[in-house]
Amino acid sequence: MSEATKGNLLDISNLTVRFHGERTVHAINGLDLTLKPGEILTILGESGSGKSVTLKALLKLLPKKRSEISGAMHVDGVDVLALKGQALSAYRGKTVSMIFQEPALALDPVYTIGDQIAEAVMRHEKVSRKEALAVALDMLKRVRIPSAESRLKNYPHEMSGGMRQRAMIALALACKPDLLLADEPTTALDATVQIQVLLLLRELQREFGMGIIFVTHDIGVAVEISDRIAVMYAGNVVEEGTVAEIIKDPRHPYTQGLLAANLHDADRSQTLASIPGSPPPLDEKPDHCSFAPRCAHARDRCYAALPPVHRPGPGRRVACILEDASDPAEKPGAMAEIH
Amino acid sequence: MTTSENSVARAAPGNVQAADRGGPAQPLVIARDLKRHFPVRKGIFNRKASAVRAVDGISFTVRKSETLGIVGESGCGKSTTARLLVGLIGLDEGDLIFDGEKLGEELSLNDLWSGVQMVFQDSYASLNPRLTIEETIAFGPKMRGVAAPEARRLAHELLERVGLAPARFAGRYPHELSGGQRQRVNIARSLAMKPRLIILDEAVSALDKSVEAQVLNLLRELKAEFDLTFVFISHDLNVVRYVSDRIMVMYLGEVVEIGPVDAIWNHRAHPYTQALFAAMPSMDPDNRTQVPPLAGDPPNPIDPPSGCRFHTRCGFAEPVCGTRKPRVVAVRGDAGHEAACHMLDGQSGHSKAGETGEVRKELGEV
Repeated sequence: MSEATKGNLLDISNLTVRFHGERTVHAINGLDLTLKPGEILTILGESGSGKSVTLKALLKLLPKKRSEISGAMHVDGVDVLALKGQALSAYRGKTVSMIFQEPALALDPVYTIGDQIAEAVMRHEKVSRKEALAVALDMLKRVRIPSAESRLKNYPHEMSGGMRQRAMIALALACKPDLLLADEPTTALDATVQIQVLLLLRELQREFGMGIIFVTHDIGVAVEISDRIAVMYAGNVVEEGTVAEIIKDPRHPYTQGLLAANLHDADRSQTLASIPGSPPPLDEKPDHCSFAPRCAHARDRCYAALPPVHRPGPGRRVACILEDASDPAEKPGAMAEIH
Repeated sequence: MTTSENSVARAAPGNVQAADRGGPAQPLVIARDLKRHFPVRKGIFNRKASAVRAVDGISFTVRKSETLGIVGESGCGKSTTARLLVGLIGLDEGDLIFDGEKLGEELSLNDLWSGVQMVFQDSYASLNPRLTIEETIAFGPKMRGVAAPEARRLAHELLERVGLAPARFAGRYPHELSGGQRQRVNIARSLAMKPRLIILDEAVSALDKSVEAQVLNLLRELKAEFDLTFVFISHDLNVVRYVSDRIMVMYLGEVVEIGPVDAIWNHRAHPYTQALFAAMPSMDPDNRTQVPPLAGDPPNPIDPPSGCRFHTRCGFAEPVCGTRKPRVVAVRGDAGHEAACHMLDGQSGHSKAGETGEVRKELGEV
């Protein structure tokens, strides 16, 4: 690790993920991402932008035979790509844990909630079953599941959607991970339940102090949950900044388009400012700005090379040539930053 | 889903939009006390144990050329309402009056199907994977007796209209298209039947935000061009606000509030409407939500709470809410804006009662 990345909980540099099969898909293309301990970062992007693939790569959950991963990923200084066997099992669930979009599919239908949480605790903490069940009970109380004692003996199908998602959060946090990965955990929930789960996650983050990477396609959700937002498009981050920077001062045309398409306070008498076209197929490794074909500001330079990554401030970056004029620090070598 | 839609297509003769019969003042749809319960069966004799009260006595109108937005959480009956309006499932009780003609009396189901179309949430599941999109769009008109070359021409025209170049797309199969493109095909297919009313059941919910905006713009153009009436169902309040003229808020099979979009946006009368709106992400990083507006999940519609169905989650609930069903009341004397809450009803006995509401004269009257 370089000097600049010290003290980071998570460090992803130049991550590239390629899937081979009937056709090759360049899912992630040179991704750089960092997370400080106790920080909540939202990866915002549309389907196919590579946000879920990033999370799965972090847990080494991608199919081994079909995926080709290069670059580096470090969590707490541990080289994730080098992990295997026992060390990998210890890493999953203890150092990094994950919650999924559909708790009904992620939980095991033939074990009770209590058993599933206790199993994870026994595996990682080397405690007795009785102690592990006590931890499970404590966790269910912390995620505010009413009458937790009886819920411990419930099977997943006996709970409502919101309750199952709480149970899954309890399971993910039972071993006090340093990093929690959340893959659209509120997308399948009703609006009134979604806000409850978001507030709960914020509260638990303060209580446990873990870092969270939250993946969503909903800007409103990102605003509610995160400290920082990284906007992904075609397998790379196009813009990153604090929530306020992204919402109040979006620089990348894609971010601007996404914000307009959110319809918050949209004028009903006006046609919506929509982004034309659809995301690129990623059959080939991008050699120019992937957003250019849909961009109103595109010019010849956009098709000639990958866009320069501008870093106007700490934790802020924009990958767009439009920033050239406004970036005093621009130097000839800026292009090299992306690869 | 595909089979029922095909039967919709087969029903009507000819290929012209049904004439306006009742005049502009006659609402296109009057729904009166619609009820639909689904039995839950148990045991080896399939004994009826209980019923999901999916739609439980709702009344509303859809005016000509307007967009009525229906919002509510899962299990509130919005999709069942949509299916009742299209005639995909039958009514248990209640009347459906389409442009002045009552379904089952002056109006047969076949006649209803000639005027109503539906677009579903899952753009892939609602297309036949074995038909090219040209065949899919031409299928309905052909079943109505339109000659094949004419139906094909119509399909190409509609593809062009929804923004899919026929030369590139006509011969493709659904799996060769993206979600947004498939939803455009579904919209073109519904237009091929020359409907007057299109029910859009979460039609843009599965799309990415940037694509959703494109489809909403398209719907807006088509509505004006073909003089359509929309019933737009969505859980996304921002989208509903953008497309709708009036909004209907449902909770556990009942209508809790209905009114013009601006009236509801500026004055949410029912506590559930207030909670639902408050649950929307704030979009203001300096002013994030601190307290969830409601605790817990929506109750099970199999055995809904007595009295006002919302009283188990309502912050203002009093004993009267658990025992007596609230009456539908005009909000602030505005006849177009109604809500069903004891707090708005001066004679309900609720301690906060009668502050802004007026009792509506007759129940069930729309």
